[in-house]
Amino acid sequence: MTTATAFNLGLAVLVMVLACWTVLARGAFAATVGFVAYGLLLAFIWIRLGAVDVALTEAAIGGGLSGVLMLGAAARLRASEALIAAETIAAGRRLWAAALSAVTALALVTSVLLLPDPAPTLAPAAAENAAATTLGNPVTNVLMAFRALDTMLEKVVLLLALVGVWSLGPDRFWGGRLGPRHRVDPEGMLVFLAQLLPPAGVVVGIYVFWVGANAPGGAFQGGTILAAMWLLAMMAGLTDTPPSGSRRARLVLVAGPSAFLIVGLGGLWLGEAFLAYPLAYAKALILGIEFAMVPTIAVTLGLLLAGPPDRSAQS
Amino acid sequence: MSAMIIFAICAAAAVGLGLFGVITNPHPLRKILSFNILGSGVFLIFGIVARRGAAAGFGGDPVPQALVITGIVVAISATALAVALLLRLFEATGSVTLRADASADTSEDRAAP
Repeated sequence: MTTATAFNLGLAVLVMVLACWTVLARGAFAATVGFVAYGLLLAFIWIRLGAVDVALTEAAIGGGLSGVLMLGAAARLRASEALIAAETIAAGRRLWAAALSAVTALALVTSVLLLPDPAPTLAPAAAENAAATTLGNPVTNVLMAFRALDTMLEKVVLLLALVGVWSLGPDRFWGGRLGPRHRVDPEGMLVFLAQLLPPAGVVVGIYVFWVGANAPGGAFQGGTILAAMWLLAMMAGLTDTPPSGSRRARLVLVAGPSAFLIVGLGGLWLGEAFLAYPLAYAKALILGIEFAMVPTIAVTLGLLLAGPPDRSAQS
Repeated sequence: MSAMIIFAICAAAAVGLGLFGVITNPHPLRKILSFNILGSGVFLIFGIVARRGAAAGFGGDPVPQALVITGIVVAISATALAVALLLRLFEATGSVTLRADASADTSEDRAAP
């Protein structure tokens, strides 16, 4: 067994143990901690699969932001656990569920192993057309040029999710500040970290966005790091969430998708199709859209995690 | 054993475990966690398909990789919405049960004033 195989095997076993822990652990908080570790280790599998762009996204989202979201929810729902513990389903049904899950997993393994060889791939097509945008990162090419419509709609999904979260706030707080106010010990560790990390984190976030044109990275990964830095400052009480009625926040929220839409419609009007970039300006337009999208992604993710309006705008 | 087979088993196990958790865990937060594990297994299968399609000097087919990135973004959006719904349910009814009879009782209690 080579070192690489041993490493892969160890990684896979560790990830599977953590998945088991997350599903089977007794308490919701313990399960969530397992889930965060699972997300981080999953990023290593993505690196082993040669998908560094995905690894960056998985580490930032799976290990970072969804961890914050889930740990916060688990802490607020702690009182609900004792109530629901009585609802565990009967052993017979659990057995059926286990059998169904095992059959699903077996069917998946078999179908992956039976995939056709040589595998169909679009990599040569992506390589052939890379010259059109002059970007060096093939994943950014796919996201921003070849399949730009997906990426545009994904930003709309983010915005729709935020509309959904905001609409869950009580009527009397509409337009008010988002989520509970965080009160922490001003001499504590969290405040210290929230003062120490963001200056470096903001630089890293912008770098990851900028380098994404030619190397692994991109607008989404960079924006996620910026969102994490903002959330850290909000949770340490160094800054407050904006009111949902804030015009400035709403402007930033729609800036990214609007820039995308305007460029897309421009392609329809001046060029051949929706989102068809003129060849001479392709790189400039793509970087322009990404530049507009980074603050939108950072603010949308930050506000998604902050929660619905929960206080009046003055408090 | 090649890396593909190891990670294929890992991906399938994640889907199976996630499915089991979604069905058997009574707590909605645990169902959301399990659903995310199920989703990550599906993404990993995309990763394996991408890796198999390595060609033209790329370490993998960039199209499935880009699809997974979009998928992760949509998954976190849906998760955040699900968690917000759950917290609101808990705030409004004091319980997080998904049983139809139980939630009907509490909503009648609340509607009284």
